[in-house]
Amino acid sequence: MAIEKIRQISGTAVPLPGDNIDTDRIIPARYLRSVSFEGLEEHLFADDRVQADAQKPGSHPFSNPIYAGASLLLVNANFGCGSSREHAPQAIRRRGIRAIVGESFSEIFFGNSVALGLPCVSVTPEAADTLIDLVTRTPTLGLSVDLEAQKVTAGNQSFPMTLPPAARDAFLDGSWDATGLLLDRYEEVEAVATRLPYVDGRW
Amino acid sequence: MPSTLLEKVWNTHTVRKLPNGQTQLFVGLHLVHEVTTPQAFDMLRARGWRVRYPSRTVATVDHIVPTRDLRRPFMDVMAEDMLSALERNCRDSGIRFLDLSSGSQGIVHVIGPELGLTQPGMTIACGDSHTSTHGAFGAVAFGIGTSQVRDVLASQCLALDPLKVRRIEVSGQLAPGVYAKDIILEIIRRLGVNGGVGYAYEYAGGTIDRLSMDERMTICNMSIEGGARVGYVNPDQTTFEYLRGRRFVPAGEAFDSAVAWWKSMASDPGARYDDVVRMDAGGIRPTVTWGINPGQSVYVDEKLPRPTDIEPSARESLSEALEFMGFHGGDPIKGTKIDVAFVGSCTNARLSDLREAARVVRGKHVAPHVKALVVPGSQGVRAAAEREGLDRVFTEAGFDWRSAGCSMCLAMNQDRLEGRQVCASSSNRNFKGRQGSPTGRTLLMSPAMVAAAAVAGEVVDVREMSLGN
Repeated sequence: MAIEKIRQISGTAVPLPGDNIDTDRIIPARYLRSVSFEGLEEHLFADDRVQADAQKPGSHPFSNPIYAGASLLLVNANFGCGSSREHAPQAIRRRGIRAIVGESFSEIFFGNSVALGLPCVSVTPEAADTLIDLVTRTPTLGLSVDLEAQKVTAGNQSFPMTLPPAARDAFLDGSWDATGLLLDRYEEVEAVATRLPYVDGRW
Repeated sequence: MPSTLLEKVWNTHTVRKLPNGQTQLFVGLHLVHEVTTPQAFDMLRARGWRVRYPSRTVATVDHIVPTRDLRRPFMDVMAEDMLSALERNCRDSGIRFLDLSSGSQGIVHVIGPELGLTQPGMTIACGDSHTSTHGAFGAVAFGIGTSQVRDVLASQCLALDPLKVRRIEVSGQLAPGVYAKDIILEIIRRLGVNGGVGYAYEYAGGTIDRLSMDERMTICNMSIEGGARVGYVNPDQTTFEYLRGRRFVPAGEAFDSAVAWWKSMASDPGARYDDVVRMDAGGIRPTVTWGINPGQSVYVDEKLPRPTDIEPSARESLSEALEFMGFHGGDPIKGTKIDVAFVGSCTNARLSDLREAARVVRGKHVAPHVKALVVPGSQGVRAAAEREGLDRVFTEAGFDWRSAGCSMCLAMNQDRLEGRQVCASSSNRNFKGRQGSPTGRTLLMSPAMVAAAAVAGEVVDVREMSLGN
């Protein structure tokens, strides 16, 4: 299946400070009661938004019209921890976000995002704070994530970023949808199944 | 060369190294439930693919099932849709579905082990982060998202990056009133909620060796709360005796052959680890979370941390947690009033958990202001508990006795907190909003501590309660 090559993502960004933002907060479980992913973006950070906006309308970054149209999301450490629900990166992607920049990501969230063509790139803790700060002060600031040059640019500043080599290659050569690859040379899969004693109960 | 269980299981299940450096790994058992799979089956159909190994795929329904009125169609239309979709998908693909009428339905991580589907040396995947539970048997088991569920359905394989292994050696005798739940909360508190990212946790040492399978499952279950996608215990005689005679476990001579293979998959003496952590369990006390992630916990006789006590970089998240919970640094956790008591979830809803909770409440009564419920992890657990009369112990004490499901752990059903309620919960996550009310508050603890809190109406130390037998 021919899929898109992802080399560079540019645009404005939504700053979302805080460590350990879990997938229950990204998309509360009650919105998982559906057989499709459609419309999930409506409920992105639903509960956090209600609580923040009750204190001051528009105070949650995803309620603030100033960040509407952003294509990047800026976070801190261990973003996407907790539940394995793919609904979390689905909601983010469907909201128009095309890359996430932060200090670190939960493993399951990271893998789910790769499968959607949504790169989660890591920068130093200081760079994550600086980027969040820059965009909070200048919401219209243009940012760019360059997977080839492995850097994040914000205005005239530039920060080195990392992405595990397998994920980076997958985005760059458009092979981030893994299923086709896994179905290649299927006789090799069957050979493994045959040598595992439990698969057909050949003890 | 001596190897770890992770290396052995990884190597025996490797199909090939992919051009991008990842490993194509064969998935020996794929567990399926109603929440994370309907979209995966749709994607499969859209691409014209079929389920490759229906015989290695088993389904049940757990997250959305009501725990009170199970009549179909469910009153909740969306829940009914999800269950119907799973029924259709299983029927069309020839997948075994342990449904509500099977007598074997339950939380996917409770029934896998209970039926003997979960075995040592396997790779196990499921669209649920608590799949790490099955590692208690010496399987390499991990949660995946819906696109990966699609991959497993289509190919019975996943593309994965290799994991490092951290051995966590726990020694010492657990004090009375201290449980496996307290051990894993201690591990998460010490190593952090993201300390395990990139690692599989191998739990070992005398304390772990002496634990029952139920207790090992509680520990492996919460590996993911420490950031580790995989957690396991090497299989031993306790594992084999648990499995003997279970429905999907080979019998007779085949059992002996299976045991020989299972033994061969355990980590070898002298295996190399990427990290080793040693802990003494003798000093662990009953533990209660006070915040909004499972690493934010104290012993029941400790006080909540003050923002000024800790390093500046962590102050902000501490203040955020205290504010959300409505607690103050320096206050004791003991005496915190609760509104709801929940004994359930894939962490702590097996028979031994229910027995411990029943031991605490026998002959006592739930405090008048507390709503208390016990939700067995499976139909099998429920039936076994009823044979022992545990249901009567609970109902006489004022608990609701419910049918099996995920229930109030994540509130995708009718069981949920309301408003600012505080819940003493034997589940695994105290995230904001997790139990169904955006402002609801969760205190994680062992089932015995939940039972004690239900009776007292507030957080108490289970060690100070008089217990029957």
